[in-house]
Amino acid sequence: MAVLTTKVQRDSEAFGRNREGMLELLGAVEAELERTRAGGGERYLERHRRRGKLLARERIELLLDRDAPFLELMPFAAWHTDFHVGASVVAGIGVVEGVECMLVANDPTIRGGAANPSTWRKVFRALDIAVENRLPTISLVESGGADLPNQAELFVPGGEHFRSLTRLSAARIPTIALVFGNSTAGGAYIPAVCDYTVFVKERAKVFLGGPPLVKMATGEVSEDEELGGAEMHARVSGLADYMALDEHDALRLGRQIVRRLNWRKLGPGPSEPADEPVHDPEDLLGLVSVDVRQPYDPREVIARVADGSRFDEFKPLYGTSLVAGWASLHGFPVGVLANAKGILFSEESQKAAQFIQLANKIDTPLVFVQNTTGYMVGREYEQAGIIKDGAKMINAVANSTVPHLTLMAGASYGAGNYGMSGRAYRPRFVIAWPHYRSAVMGPQQLAGVMSIVARASAHDRGIDYDEERDRALREQIETQIESESRALENSGRLYDDGIIDPRDTRAVLGIALSACHSQVVEGTDRFGVFRM
Amino acid sequence: MSQRPIAKLLVANRGEIARRVFRTCRELGIATVAVFSDPDAEAPFVREADEAVALGGPAPGESYLRAEKIVEAARRTGADAVHPGYGFLAENAGFARACADAGVTFVGPPPDAIEAMGSKIEANARMERAAVPTLPSVDVTGLDGEPLAAAADEVGWPLMTKPSAGGGGKGMRVVRSREALAGAVAGARREAAAAFGDDALMLERLLERPRHVEIQVFGDATGRVVHLFERECSIQRRHQKIVEECPSPAVDLDLRDRMGAAAVDAGEALGYVGAGTVEFLLGPHGDFYFLEMNTRLQVEHPVTELVTGLDLVALGLRVAEGAPLPPEALEPRLEGHAIEARLYAEDPERDFLPTVGHLTRFAVPGAVRVDSGVEDGSEIGVHYDPMLAKVIAHAPTREAAARRLAHALAAAELHGPRTNRDLLVRVLRHPEFLAGETDTHFLERHPPAELGAPLTDASGERLHAAAAALAGQAERRAYAPVLATVPSGYRNNPSQLQETVFEGPCGALTVGYRLGGGGRLTLRVDGSELEDPVVHAAEPGGVDLEVGGVRRRYRVARAGGTAHVDSALGHSSLRELERFPAAATEDSPGSLTSPMHGAVLRVHADAGDSVERGTVVMVLEAMKMEHEILAPATGKVAELRVGEGEQVEAGTVLAVIEEDGEG
Repeated sequence: MAVLTTKVQRDSEAFGRNREGMLELLGAVEAELERTRAGGGERYLERHRRRGKLLARERIELLLDRDAPFLELMPFAAWHTDFHVGASVVAGIGVVEGVECMLVANDPTIRGGAANPSTWRKVFRALDIAVENRLPTISLVESGGADLPNQAELFVPGGEHFRSLTRLSAARIPTIALVFGNSTAGGAYIPAVCDYTVFVKERAKVFLGGPPLVKMATGEVSEDEELGGAEMHARVSGLADYMALDEHDALRLGRQIVRRLNWRKLGPGPSEPADEPVHDPEDLLGLVSVDVRQPYDPREVIARVADGSRFDEFKPLYGTSLVAGWASLHGFPVGVLANAKGILFSEESQKAAQFIQLANKIDTPLVFVQNTTGYMVGREYEQAGIIKDGAKMINAVANSTVPHLTLMAGASYGAGNYGMSGRAYRPRFVIAWPHYRSAVMGPQQLAGVMSIVARASAHDRGIDYDEERDRALREQIETQIESESRALENSGRLYDDGIIDPRDTRAVLGIALSACHSQVVEGTDRFGVFRM
Repeated sequence: MSQRPIAKLLVANRGEIARRVFRTCRELGIATVAVFSDPDAEAPFVREADEAVALGGPAPGESYLRAEKIVEAARRTGADAVHPGYGFLAENAGFARACADAGVTFVGPPPDAIEAMGSKIEANARMERAAVPTLPSVDVTGLDGEPLAAAADEVGWPLMTKPSAGGGGKGMRVVRSREALAGAVAGARREAAAAFGDDALMLERLLERPRHVEIQVFGDATGRVVHLFERECSIQRRHQKIVEECPSPAVDLDLRDRMGAAAVDAGEALGYVGAGTVEFLLGPHGDFYFLEMNTRLQVEHPVTELVTGLDLVALGLRVAEGAPLPPEALEPRLEGHAIEARLYAEDPERDFLPTVGHLTRFAVPGAVRVDSGVEDGSEIGVHYDPMLAKVIAHAPTREAAARRLAHALAAAELHGPRTNRDLLVRVLRHPEFLAGETDTHFLERHPPAELGAPLTDASGERLHAAAAALAGQAERRAYAPVLATVPSGYRNNPSQLQETVFEGPCGALTVGYRLGGGGRLTLRVDGSELEDPVVHAAEPGGVDLEVGGVRRRYRVARAGGTAHVDSALGHSSLRELERFPAAATEDSPGSLTSPMHGAVLRVHADAGDSVERGTVVMVLEAMKMEHEILAPATGKVAELRVGEGEQVEAGTVLAVIEEDGEG
């Protein structure tokens, strides 16, 4: 087994500059995380605490095994929208009684935990992750339901929530609802469709219609507790399987339920030594430029992420713009595909298509390290069949059934995003570094293309081209694309599952891989027709 | 007397003294037999013997005091000699005779010597005849009322009750006035009857601020009696020795000769054979009075062994075999200074109440001798003396011995019931002790509650809590079924620290921590950050932690819910609080709880009775000591939850007193 060496010079000017740039970006990311933790703001946190309630993350922390990791997913959902960053809900993978679970917790300090369109997208993605990776799912419920002014965008799609939960149950993936407060109207179905329910005494409120609605509908005068209190549901309706005395008791009961799930993971689990990399992950801040136009050697990244910095490269002499090879991460064997010089040529495409098939033959998960400007263009390449070769790679990626983890580690432009298992190719997880850029093409290229097309159109129509206007338009387009391609922008749209500190890459990929191993890890022989 | 070699020795005792005798037997090539009670079935001394015979029930009366069962055990195993150790049957002439009748050698003096010295009254009379100085005393067996008071006046005040049959502090009470006499005598008789089966009592004049100095004597069958110098045993609690040493700082050559000669006279007068100790009270002017003679090996014999280089157990076996004392015993040398400290499972801050429980760890490091009856995992029960071990240091000077002993005790790992270790360390480091100013009132001048308070201060305890939390963390990570190699407590969006809450002697401590890469750490105790903490290593069994530039190794052992931390800062036992505490159950106000594990001896009140503040509601008995449970306030006995004879745990609610003016 080969142990990677390094050429990184920590005392170089570039290293220092890179590190400074990355730390600055991390500062901006941390500022956004800070906003997620601040929930609905000091006033609402205070009010919530005054009621003797725990915050969403405090509930999660108490539910988790002590000292076990917790990977919060999609913390930047709804960034740059009208809604709170984080989308009023906390989701993530954590360990409860030794079982990796998907946890989804409403943040009741933000508009009473009411759902907005971003909330739904985040929750549905979390439930997708749960079903794909076979993760028992615990919902920590306290939500006023749909944000009514946005009902048009919420009502119809919202049904997916209950559908997903019942489908988890049907797939023999346990679902648990811990109800800490409001879970009314449509929200009442959340606990109802879960396998196990715990209601907090004098706090949980679960009914289809509250007293005002009942009064309007039937004229009956009623009170909250008799319509949907924990006591009533535990003793009368049977909707509550357990009545908790308080929030701590509910979390204790949640843990007790998981302990009795008799849970077995279906993946083979780690099989390799899980020693730390030989090279210091701290270097990851300095070896990559925040300017994605500056290439770097992805082996330097692998050397700081893989177990013992061990990496056995496949086809090292062929298609050298794409690095392929075998490694392990926290003991889980993986195949790695990483862009080296950005551009994907025919050779790289073929190499990738072959490697993906090999990984499927041996049931080995794949890690894609994206830093690509796309497939090569030009007469020579088109005539040599770059489209056919790109299609082979896309065919392989699309039909591969081993878990894919995608690391956004630089540029992600054009069809390169697809070929390297971008979001649309359903990798199990997309993990991103704070400097990554993703768009159909680079801002300058896109603006330039638009300008050329406009100029040609003007010429065809025989009108003079307004150079002044062209320059302004190019600038405007460039700025727009520049902005839209930023990491936080993409993360806000849930094109990734979260931006992380590059130094945490090993930990985060390890948590993700371990989650994948909750499910069967199995490759396929069934691919589409490879156009020869 | 003809020589009669011992081939197999039965030790009619338990714990450390049984192990001590077995050790010498192994060296001498003598086979060993242990006898044991039910609770001792798994004790180290039973395992270390070649053969063992069960005696029965836990109470000494059902086991170690059953002479006929022990003689039968000797017969069954073919033991040709019995060593009685100390306590139990060691000074029971009947037992010595029973052994002789069964043809088994009793390792000790002739039965009539035991008998003579066993009765304090008889002993005093014999000593007076041998011209050994004695304190005024009178036999008050059967006396009550005015005759008792008159007898007391004759002895002079203050005085002390002394059971004729026993020793070890049981039934011994100081009486300073005629008014207190009747009560003290009644209590002493009860204790004496319970402990020795004999309530014969004498009164003896009490010497103020005396020292307790005793002379080790040895006699052989040729009629030769020698002394092996003195032992000073003045540091006592509840009339029991806890620190003993040889030589005594108060004894010079001349005094040693005089006291030694008096002791040899006493031995010769008795025709003494074997190991014996003549105890004296030493007054401030070199005046000394015969106290009693112990016709057996003493608990504190090791200090004599260390300064003389003799094995007193071996000597005892030798003379029991009929051999004469060897030359090294006839011309003993006294080299250096030895100090012994007795480690007890007891709480000095609560009037030395015996403590019980699981001793998960027992280790005393350093260049000291450790004679112990316990080991890692021993159960400390209620049935026997709560002494865990004797730790003895030998050094060229008294100061060096005290320093060595204090250091070893301070570094000892004692995980489980509270012990008197911290008190011993403070005594050994006390300027008065180091100046040789020891008398039997030392622990009255220096309150045990102060001397016995934990050596580790609040700031040390905070660091111990931090270390315990980090070790707990390491343990959980080591046994994590999934994601075990991912950094401990990894969060990509950290919102709070990992928390562990401990309950220690100084109160509750909340430790919050977050481990970063490369040993970086956020570490908070009760909300305040520790200065520049660095974790060099964290494992379930210990933490190498640097705080404020000082790096220390903290050893952490977890037993049940308690973390025991040992470090250069001392020791802390920290109970970890449950993460999800059960709903609290509170005692109703006015509840009287049991201070210790024990049995209800007498109940003096009925439910509904009115009681004054200070009224004795009931009396508990534990470790043969009586503990009065007093009404904390004037009021009514609302509930009586226990009855006479009932066993109670520490903390059991015994009764509820409804204070007047309530409800």
